Amino acid sequence: MNMHPQSDPQVLTTRDGTPLKVSLAKALRREKLRSLALIAPLLIFILVTFAAPIADMLLRSVENGIVENTLPKTVNALSGWDVTSSQLPGEPVYKALYEDLKVATAEKTHTRLGSRLNYEASGMSSLFRKTGRRIKRMDEAGPFAEQFIDIDKDWGDLATWRLLKRYSPKYTPGYFLNAADAQLTADGIAMKPENERIYLLLFARTLFLSLTITLCCLLLGYPIAFLLASLPLRSANLLMILVLLPFWTSLLVRTSAWKVLLQQEGVINDFLVWIGVIGDASRLVMINNKTGTIIAMTHILLPFMILPLFSVMKTISPSYVRAAKSLGATDWTAFWRVYFPQTVPGIGAGAILVFILAIGYYITPELVGGTDGIFISNRIAYHISSSLNWGLAAALGVILLGAVLLLFYVYDKIVGIDNVKLG
Amino acid sequence: MTESRGASVRYENVQKSYDGETLVVKNLNLDIPPGEFLTMLGPSGSGKTTCLMMLAGFEPATHGEIFLNDKPINNVPPHKRGIGMVFQNYALFPHMSVAENLAFPLQVRGMGKAEQEEKVTRALEMVELGSFGSRRPAQLSGGQQQRVAVARALVFEPELVLMDEPLGALDKQLREQMQYEIKHIHENIGVSIVYVTHDQTEALTMSDRVAVFNDGIIQQLSEPDQLYENPQNSFVAQFIGENNKLSGTVVAVDGDTCDVKLDDGTMLKAEAVNIGAVGSRTTISLRPERVEFDTHESMDNLIPGEIREMIYLGDHIRVRMKVAGNDEFIVKVRNRGEKRDLRAGQTVEIGWAAGDCKALDPVA
Repeated sequence: MNMHPQSDPQVLTTRDGTPLKVSLAKALRREKLRSLALIAPLLIFILVTFAAPIADMLLRSVENGIVENTLPKTVNALSGWDVTSSQLPGEPVYKALYEDLKVATAEKTHTRLGSRLNYEASGMSSLFRKTGRRIKRMDEAGPFAEQFIDIDKDWGDLATWRLLKRYSPKYTPGYFLNAADAQLTADGIAMKPENERIYLLLFARTLFLSLTITLCCLLLGYPIAFLLASLPLRSANLLMILVLLPFWTSLLVRTSAWKVLLQQEGVINDFLVWIGVIGDASRLVMINNKTGTIIAMTHILLPFMILPLFSVMKTISPSYVRAAKSLGATDWTAFWRVYFPQTVPGIGAGAILVFILAIGYYITPELVGGTDGIFISNRIAYHISSSLNWGLAAALGVILLGAVLLLFYVYDKIVGIDNVKLG
Repeated sequence: MTESRGASVRYENVQKSYDGETLVVKNLNLDIPPGEFLTMLGPSGSGKTTCLMMLAGFEPATHGEIFLNDKPINNVPPHKRGIGMVFQNYALFPHMSVAENLAFPLQVRGMGKAEQEEKVTRALEMVELGSFGSRRPAQLSGGQQQRVAVARALVFEPELVLMDEPLGALDKQLREQMQYEIKHIHENIGVSIVYVTHDQTEALTMSDRVAVFNDGIIQQLSEPDQLYENPQNSFVAQFIGENNKLSGTVVAVDGDTCDVKLDDGTMLKAEAVNIGAVGSRTTISLRPERVEFDTHESMDNLIPGEIREMIYLGDHIRVRMKVAGNDEFIVKVRNRGEKRDLRAGQTVEIGWAAGDCKALDPVA
């Protein structure tokens, strides 16, 4: 607090001798408490329903307690085993595994562990299921190593044990590596084989398509916003309703409408064939690919570009352009040198808004994107609801969030966030 | 800045309508010789700004032709007219520095960098803002912005500069100072200036000639002193300076003077400026400072009046009186230091010369 910049070191006091700052703080405390009490309900609501779930979800991207929780003794016994050795772990480890699995089978948690480890190496799920079914028939006296290898020879494979050892810590970078098409191998971090890579491509495509959509929105929205800002009030209001109309229509309806328009037997193709621009055999493929995603999302996000642009343009007095013309500038120079620079804050606001909405978009790419027009968010949704690999979904989400924040930072450095004007 | 003569402007039968139903400018004919400072003065909605915008090229004339240096310019776009303009709110480009603002008209004319810099420096010095080139307009005070706007309108050496109420946003003191500065710049450079304002003091202070606009028509076009001394009609008399109105009927006309019978029966002698035949209605216009309390027999008009109110204003005293049924009659008495026995409620005799009161067109 530098409310009282003082050149002399003497502390100002009130008449009864309390330091001025103390009594000021006391005087303001009640007010502060009251305003805090006013926002408390909303704050708590947001913390409980928004911040906390997100934090929990993000934690899942590194959390890996399942191995240690299910096989506590094994993990403990394995701590003495060297991952790089070419020897299988000793009998005590197998004994610990037997004891752990007996408990786990009774609690039916071994299948969950199997599915978890299956993310890292296929075959793990069936290995744990098979072992779980046979564990009751094992001889409690041992020797356990032979019995396990007898159940499934994977227990005699070094790779299995290395995997277990690698994923026994409470936290793992495994999900993040997975999300970046890499994996943890015995030799450290390595890229996955070429044919298994998918996420980097998806991230790149999401970024590229979002940028394309932002650009399309800008190119289409700028003239409309300009028109809105320069038309007389009556016509401007009518045009504004047309701009806002999509907001009042269901997103699903709008996207489905694009399906009707864009498909190969759709309205646009029929029309083009009818006027003879294209042959019946060579109908354009405009849906279930990138084109479909770009067209439909540009349409849906256009108002988010137009509105900030409009609100900025509305404040630009027409006398600037007139002044430029009176000073000898042609229409184009007056626009480019005088009008356009003043709309940059609106462009910034609109572009950020559209880009951030686009990068996390889900429904539209899902419906019209086909296979090469889907976004990273579609993959996240798949892992949340179908494959149930929440850790990977969380890791993908964290990367997406990080990418947006990074871009935000870069934007702030280049354009300056205080240059953004929403109204 | 080199000595350049100004441009001449001529409006010929110019009419302007925005909606096709009413004329905002009704048949304007106006000749502005080179180097003149002409002010278009009038209340808002009188058509003065529209006339300026037509000259600048931002509004097309509905009918008629405007000539710049005897060349018709109706079909010349604004940026080719080469007319400097100062806008009401200056319209300094907020994203450019002061120097960039000044360099803009030079840049678009393709002038070399060195020449640009030289002209910008000279223009900034002319308005005494030499060290402000790198600032943004928002960092300047209102008066400084105003000067930059003037400098920008002059930096490309136009022959004609238009000013649309450029001092409207300044406070009184600054406004007066800027009036003199603009006047001096005009005298030094010799450009023609067309200046639009609704402030009569501004118009009287700065102009060579003033065109008083009302209702889309020039009511009077003359030099400032003529405007005040010899208003041609009641609107001008009312709009310029302070004025007492007395309504009556013309009873006799004798050359330049006429006899007017006021509505309460009082007879006055007045200068016949703008009246109809004997028997028609007229409004007498009389400046408050021309009325005397020290009456003598030789005065043309001597009538009694009742003092209603005395307001002390330092250099003069305003006396509100009831004269011939009009109780808004104002008399200004110069403060010469002598004690004068005037009190509210008194009835005294006042007088003035026939030449000081003008018989003009009647006001409803």
